[in-house]
Amino acid sequence: MLPIGNYLFLSFTLFTIGVIGVLTRRNVIVMLMSIELILNAVNINLVAFSRYWGTVDGQVFAIFIITDAAAEAAVGLGIILAFFRNRQTVLADEMDMLRW
Amino acid sequence: MLNAFLFYFFAILAVGSAILMVTRRNIVHAAVFLITALLATAGIFLLLQAEFLFVTQIILYVGGIMVLFVFVIMLVNLDVSLQLVQFSRQRYVAVALAVVLAVQVLGAFWVGRTSVGAGPAQAIEAKNTEAVGQALFQHYLLPFEIASILLLVAMVGAVVMGKRRI
Amino acid sequence: MNAPYFLDHIWLIPLFPLLTAGLMLLAGRRLKNPVISVLCVGSVFVSFLYSVGAFFQLLSLPVEDRVASKHLFDWIPAIPFHTLAGTLGQFRADWGFQIDPLSAVMILIVTGVGLLIHVYSTGYMAHEGGYYRFFGYLNLFMFSMLMLVLGNNLLVMFVGWEGVGTCSYLLIGFYFRRKSAADAGKKAFVVNRVGDAGFLLGIFLTSALLGTIHFNEIGPALAAGNFQAGDPRILAIALLLFVGATGKSAQIPLYVWLPDAMEGPTPVSALIHAATMVTAGVYMVARMNMIYLLAPAAMSVVAVIGACTALYAASMGVVQNDIKKVLAYSTISQLGYMFLACGVGAFTAGIFHLMTHAFFKGLLFLAAGSVIHALSGEQDMRKMGGLAKKIPVTYWTMLIASLAIAGIFPFAGFMSKDLILSKTYEKDFWLWSIGYLTAGMTAFYMFRLVFMTFYGHSRVGHEAEHHIHESPKSMLIPLVILAALSVAGGWLSWPEILGGNSRFIHFLEPVIAVPHALRAEAARGPGSQTGEIYLMLLSEALVLAGIFLAWYVYIKRRELAERLARAFGGLYDLVYHKYYVDELYDALFVNRAEDLGLALGSFDTNIIDGLGVNGAAWLTRFVSRLSIWWDTWIVDGSVRLGSRIVWVFSWPVRMIQDGLVQNYMLVIVIGLIGVLAYYFHLAHSMVH
Repeated sequence: MLPIGNYLFLSFTLFTIGVIGVLTRRNVIVMLMSIELILNAVNINLVAFSRYWGTVDGQVFAIFIITDAAAEAAVGLGIILAFFRNRQTVLADEMDMLRW
Repeated sequence: MLNAFLFYFFAILAVGSAILMVTRRNIVHAAVFLITALLATAGIFLLLQAEFLFVTQIILYVGGIMVLFVFVIMLVNLDVSLQLVQFSRQRYVAVALAVVLAVQVLGAFWVGRTSVGAGPAQAIEAKNTEAVGQALFQHYLLPFEIASILLLVAMVGAVVMGKRRI
Repeated sequence: MNAPYFLDHIWLIPLFPLLTAGLMLLAGRRLKNPVISVLCVGSVFVSFLYSVGAFFQLLSLPVEDRVASKHLFDWIPAIPFHTLAGTLGQFRADWGFQIDPLSAVMILIVTGVGLLIHVYSTGYMAHEGGYYRFFGYLNLFMFSMLMLVLGNNLLVMFVGWEGVGTCSYLLIGFYFRRKSAADAGKKAFVVNRVGDAGFLLGIFLTSALLGTIHFNEIGPALAAGNFQAGDPRILAIALLLFVGATGKSAQIPLYVWLPDAMEGPTPVSALIHAATMVTAGVYMVARMNMIYLLAPAAMSVVAVIGACTALYAASMGVVQNDIKKVLAYSTISQLGYMFLACGVGAFTAGIFHLMTHAFFKGLLFLAAGSVIHALSGEQDMRKMGGLAKKIPVTYWTMLIASLAIAGIFPFAGFMSKDLILSKTYEKDFWLWSIGYLTAGMTAFYMFRLVFMTFYGHSRVGHEAEHHIHESPKSMLIPLVILAALSVAGGWLSWPEILGGNSRFIHFLEPVIAVPHALRAEAARGPGSQTGEIYLMLLSEALVLAGIFLAWYVYIKRRELAERLARAFGGLYDLVYHKYYVDELYDALFVNRAEDLGLALGSFDTNIIDGLGVNGAAWLTRFVSRLSIWWDTWIVDGSVRLGSRIVWVFSWPVRMIQDGLVQNYMLVIVIGLIGVLAYYFHLAHSMVH
């Protein structure tokens, strides 16, 4: 196994790219995909540490995260679909009804 | 030797796909790049001898979630030419903040570079899946059940969200 | 008390008419005419009977003692005070009655002639509306007049004085729907009021000077105070009282209301403006003779005004064309005679003439009413003529009355007028000459009236001509009775030089406080008697000349009247328009009073209403606007200020929630950076 730093660095890079994607893109589908990217980065982190300590807890946690990501993707995409049917838009800038 | 090569291969693939995903104008392209990023991540898992997770990643993430994404992308596919502006107005601020975050984390890495070693040399027992299963159904049974309820709720939610008339 | 019945009950005499008057004015509307007639005429009849009874019972008393008084109740209790003469006096007024020869004569005249006129009115007013009202007012008048003559003090007399004035107003304006009638009533009352002011001042001065206003106490007070003849205070009292008399009895300058008063129904003119009310002034002067005898200057004033009024009014009577107006001026003129008599000291002669005048003037008015009734309302003599054969009773009675007023022997007027003229001759030649001349004019205008009305060709209008009829018995019987009285009334005081005993005069004498010296002078020797015969013949000659002149102008050569009028055009116009005195009074007083009224009215409208009422309204609106401003800006403002403060402070917080999820995530990242910075700092400080 390589020094864990490599894996951490990789995780960090993917995380940062994912954050930039969420904050920057107007299209909510791309936003969601960026969030998946963030989750993946976290998974890499967890599995790296699981390998480092020699336990499987990290991996179990990663499974749960994947499960959660699936659920969230399903519901989130359902919401996007409903919103699209109503407003014909998938741009985050145009989804500002819940304002003051 | 092979480890390092594979690692760098998968790492560059992942990072590159991620960057491309975030910057593509065409959403379908972005989805495809995400798939490749996820596949690269699966590879990383394999390198870390997490075989179960490797398979789970491919089946669930790529085979399930990304398919779902592609479905929805097809359903909301607007004319690309209408979307002239891809990036929101806060992009500069966002990038700046991300840079600040990066600097912070890198700073933390740099400070703690010496405290993390190479890791234990011993190999892990070969049966990864069995270990995961044992841990999952013994120590983590409650979260498991909760996760199943979570999936139930998500399923109901998705069905409801998908209906035209509630 | 063992007083004789009628004398003890003289207070009932005014009471009977008062009761029926009250009944009429409260419930008369619902009563039928015959009931009203019986009640009202009946009450006057009963008063007349009581008056007759009182008179005879008075006669039964010895001559020096012919005064009876009856005190009903204390009206104004005694208020002691110091008089101007320094003695202690009391202001006190009883509701009391006094009967002596003077008031006995007056009540007989008032109730007697009044009764006849009431009977006449039942016929005259039979077809008029307001029958009950007429008799109610008439009875109220009887009450007032009787109170006037029966009162035992000046204040009760004043009550009656005002009462007759009020009834005169009510009755003159009886046909109140006619503006001229209403105006005439107003004029009578206002002019009377001017006189009444003087009368009241006289009453006050009497009380202040002598300490009493009761008739039987004034004489003793005068004696006790040692007032000399010519005392200016007594003169003032006498003149002030006379002012009241000029108002009530229509002398110069307050006579102007009497001709206008002819707007009232003819019985009213007969009773009030001939026989009774207008004589109240003469009665008052006679009653207060003790005051006047101590103020020779005042008596001169009375005599002069009386004489001048007599001549002045007679001149106006000559040219009038309305039958009632001629009689009105004639009344003023004859009242002048009465005052002339009082002014020269012959108070009893004045009262005598008052009595005979009541008979023939009352008759003249009633007969004139009969003529008007026969002609269906025509009053202009130029539209009469040739009525002698058609309404004989009216004609004969009117002729008798005219002979009486002209002063033909032996009718009533001759006796009284001759007495006045002879007494005047003894005092002053010029006054006598005025009276003499007036007698001639009186004869002239009266027979002018008779000739124009009853003789010659008929100038009556066509419709009236067909309806000429003699009046009903209720109207004719009083005419006949009065005619008899006009003939024989003077015989009560057959002049001594012609063999009579002047019983009437002697009957009244005790009332007059003539000092003994004057009384001796009055009983002169035969020299004066011869003079008196000459005077009689002279006046008879002038009277006959006057009648002849009237016959000549109005029967023999009719066109002479118009030619004379045109020849003396200016003079004729002046007299015809009553010397423009009414216009003068209008300019001096009436229009000035109206101006004052208008000025006060505009003051009320512009200043009181404008400033006060409208100003108050403006002020209210102004205050309400202030209030609105306060409410809107201060009270509401503080409420809105509170909400605005909350809004201002909540603005930054509000801006945070803009609905954009990416912004929220940005904030999360910022928070993340912050948390990490905190932990790294913590870790850093722990390491070092």
